[in-house]
Amino acid sequence: MHAEAVAGVVDRVINRYRRDPTCMLQILREVQEACDWVPPEAIDRMQAMLGVPRTKIEGVAGFYSFIYTEPRGKYRVLFSDNITDRMQGNRALMERLCNNLWVERGKVSEDGLVSVGKTACTGLCDQGPGMLVNNYAIAGLSLERIDEIAELIRNKVPLADWPPAYFKIEDNIRRADILLNADFKPGEALLAARARAPSDGLNSSNMRSWREGLPSGIGGPGATLDEIKRSGLRGRGGAGFTTGLKWEACRNAQLKAGHQRVVVCNADEGEPGTFKDRVLLSKCPDLVFEGMTVAAYAIGATRGFVYLRGEYRYLLDHLNAVLANRRRQNLLGKDICGLPGADFDIEIHVGAGAYVCGEESALIESLEGKRGTPRNRPPFPVTNGYLDQPTIVNNVETFAAAAMIALKGGEWYAGIGTKQSAGTKIISVSGDCERPGIYEYPFGVSIRQVLEDCGATDTQAVQVSGPSGICVAEDEFDRIIGFEDIPTAGAFTIFNKSRDMFEVARNYVHFFQHESCGFCTPCRVGTSLLKNLMDKLHYGSGSPYDFAEIEKLNQLLQSMSHCGLGHTACNPVLDTIAKFRPAYDRRMMQQDFTPAFDLDRELSAARQMTGRDDAGAHLATEHGGQS
Amino acid sequence: MSHTFTLDGKVVPFVDGQTIIQAASAAGVFIPHLCYHPEFKPHGSCKLCTVKVNGRHTASCTMRAAPGMVVESETEEINAERRALTQMLFVEGNHFCPSCEKSGNCQLQATAYHLGMMSAHYDHFFPNRPVDASHPEVLLDFNRCILCSLCVRASRDVDGKNVFGLSGRGIKTHLIVNAKSGQLADTDFTLADKAAQVCPVGVILKKRQGFAVPIGERKYDKAPISETAETTEGH
Ligand SMILES: Cc1cc2nc3c(=O)[nH]c(=O)nc-3n(C[C@H](O)[C@H](O)[C@H](O)COP(=O)(O)O)c2cc1C
Ligand code: SF4
Ligand code: SF4
Ligand code: FES
Repeated sequence: MHAEAVAGVVDRVINRYRRDPTCMLQILREVQEACDWVPPEAIDRMQAMLGVPRTKIEGVAGFYSFIYTEPRGKYRVLFSDNITDRMQGNRALMERLCNNLWVERGKVSEDGLVSVGKTACTGLCDQGPGMLVNNYAIAGLSLERIDEIAELIRNKVPLADWPPAYFKIEDNIRRADILLNADFKPGEALLAARARAPSDGLNSSNMRSWREGLPSGIGGPGATLDEIKRSGLRGRGGAGFTTGLKWEACRNAQLKAGHQRVVVCNADEGEPGTFKDRVLLSKCPDLVFEGMTVAAYAIGATRGFVYLRGEYRYLLDHLNAVLANRRRQNLLGKDICGLPGADFDIEIHVGAGAYVCGEESALIESLEGKRGTPRNRPPFPVTNGYLDQPTIVNNVETFAAAAMIALKGGEWYAGIGTKQSAGTKIISVSGDCERPGIYEYPFGVSIRQVLEDCGATDTQAVQVSGPSGICVAEDEFDRIIGFEDIPTAGAFTIFNKSRDMFEVARNYVHFFQHESCGFCTPCRVGTSLLKNLMDKLHYGSGSPYDFAEIEKLNQLLQSMSHCGLGHTACNPVLDTIAKFRPAYDRRMMQQDFTPAFDLDRELSAARQMTGRDDAGAHLATEHGGQS
Repeated sequence: MSHTFTLDGKVVPFVDGQTIIQAASAAGVFIPHLCYHPEFKPHGSCKLCTVKVNGRHTASCTMRAAPGMVVESETEEINAERRALTQMLFVEGNHFCPSCEKSGNCQLQATAYHLGMMSAHYDHFFPNRPVDASHPEVLLDFNRCILCSLCVRASRDVDGKNVFGLSGRGIKTHLIVNAKSGQLADTDFTLADKAAQVCPVGVILKKRQGFAVPIGERKYDKAPISETAETTEGH
């Protein structure tokens, strides 16, 4: 592309984003959609038009996996590399595509046409193996489909002309309850919230005088907040913080001049094995947006964001259409539902391949167009969030539940589930079972029940809540899903007895190493050391000494890390060591310490260069494997 | 308002808004640190300054002091963890102390001595980080960068120049400079910049004066880091 053409693209994109540097990530992403990468000329132009230093732009671009400051090919293929994708044979498919296209994994083809690489879980575990082509998701890959895709790429067929069937993503809802089965019409929950207002109270918390003048509650918003508190709703993003308290703290936070309150929907869903937010957004976006609007009403917010993970880019246009429709129906915009002062609108920001951006303060940094590094706390987002304004961040499912609570009341909701865990939980089931997909249960369901419902047999283990959650062995299958026992953000990954739990843990460790934001020493270096140790065991050089090292690293990551990613990065390893020790012992060829350096492995580059891989080109080895 | 908390049993006074490390250093108590510098906004990334507050680990450079806090710092447990962090920083970059012209003036080296670090313990990563010698007055040897961001903060907040920034993610995080070429010579950086003075290790080096003060007579050769009043050292 010519420098002038690039400048034209950049100008168009930047102007659409009101020349606002806080939209930097969105600008980079859209420039890339037009140019296939972010060339230096584009950065020149951004620097001039946004008035920000180059270091800032390059710093942001360099942080996100899906932003390329070097040419990556017209077609950028990324194979999903979650453990479930591996179990479904993604490695062979990737090799097939590479061979078909004469391209080396991780490199760009010589004609600049295509690059093929790996990416973390794409949230298609129930219909894997999955891939992204230029950030558009394709599910259900097979050898035939890979051959067809190679043909399309070779013939330079534009992505828009590929068979639509490729891009069809299923919802696979196997069990629905109050959310997925909600008989809900857009606007209903808001009207119900409004109707709850006492006739003498102010109706909208955005009305000028409410905070100053009304010591005893504030009519509509107060009544709505009460229902949320009464419901006992706790956040569905993993940590389980009480939603009512979060909203109240935000509502009570002082507003500085010119500031407003902000509602953020966390649709980053990066935890490997989780895909329920994808289904909620595709099946019931109105419910989610309505929940956000209820929140805005309750806390007096005027601005809303959905932070949609880059892997779900394909949902963007549809979601924007739903938002536009809601604006037409006066469910967004000014004086919502005819309530004077109830002003609120929602913008969607798309991520670009960084799991850590699901952490709420990193998410806010990313929304502000920065590197996704978790902030120092306190202060917390409820008082100093997006652009230093009071902000609530909630999970997609939390907002969906909030909408239903606004509609049907807190009592109703509190009556579902268990004592400490009100309501239902949507679980993303994948791995070794007959019916992977989405299951919504009242809290309190046992692991065993879920396994039975999805047709899992011969089960060895379940990873609940993804790698940062817990690995449950057979003798624990009567434990229940709920904050009193096993809390979960939703992942439920099943492994039957043929699976090697060491390799499961190793896959997760690679994930954390790749996704560490790099801000703090213990996690940045610690996850790399952990990965090296797991690889060492994999290659057969492990010894009890390495076990001790892993335990030490775990301690350090837990105590010294800056955020939840570092705190949980060792969990899969520790759980599997404790519960599946034989998988590790099998690799313990050595009783004494053995160095990680393996001369034969180091010679692989030489073998590749000389095209020789016969027995004579190897030093004697008894073990080995592929990375 | 002035209040107190206890630090390893000692009563430490503080005023509202002070962080634990600020109060401690005002009271003459040393807490190891690398990314903290009294003149800049705390960053909280190296985690060397971690202490236990009421039993929980937290970075003392970002944690505000509060009345009645019980803080532990000089315990064997915490120092062992700090030592491990220091070792991590050593293996992550390329630190050849005997040949480094910052030796004796380097906070990482001095901190390692303070913590009794005897070996790197972990396998070295040996990253490939080319040197930038383009600038007439200053050499950038990225091999020793510990990503503390002090130069980034100094250039941005004091010099108003934004010469430095971080790019990449995870273990690939690295320092960049504000030029299309990526070379320091193509920036407006000068020796007079605050950012030229803050690097705690040997990345940002003034040319042609490396061994003006012989090794053995340098700052931390004379007194350990725990006794050298503050961290605003030059050469
Ligand atoms: C590394 C990391 C990743 C996270 N990813 C997500 C995510 O993808 N989605 C989410 O809702 N919460 C995620 N969280 C939790 C959020 O920080 C936050 O607690 C949550 O969005 C709050 O919403 P809730 O109260 O509705 O659960 C993550 C946390 C960490 C530490
Ligand atoms: S723990 Fe990991 S992800 Fe979290 S701030 Fe530190 S480096 Fe970043
Ligand atoms: S160059 Fe020096 S001051 Fe800058 S980040 Fe690296 S170690 Fe810190
Ligand atoms: S000095 Fe506190 S984290 Fe670096």
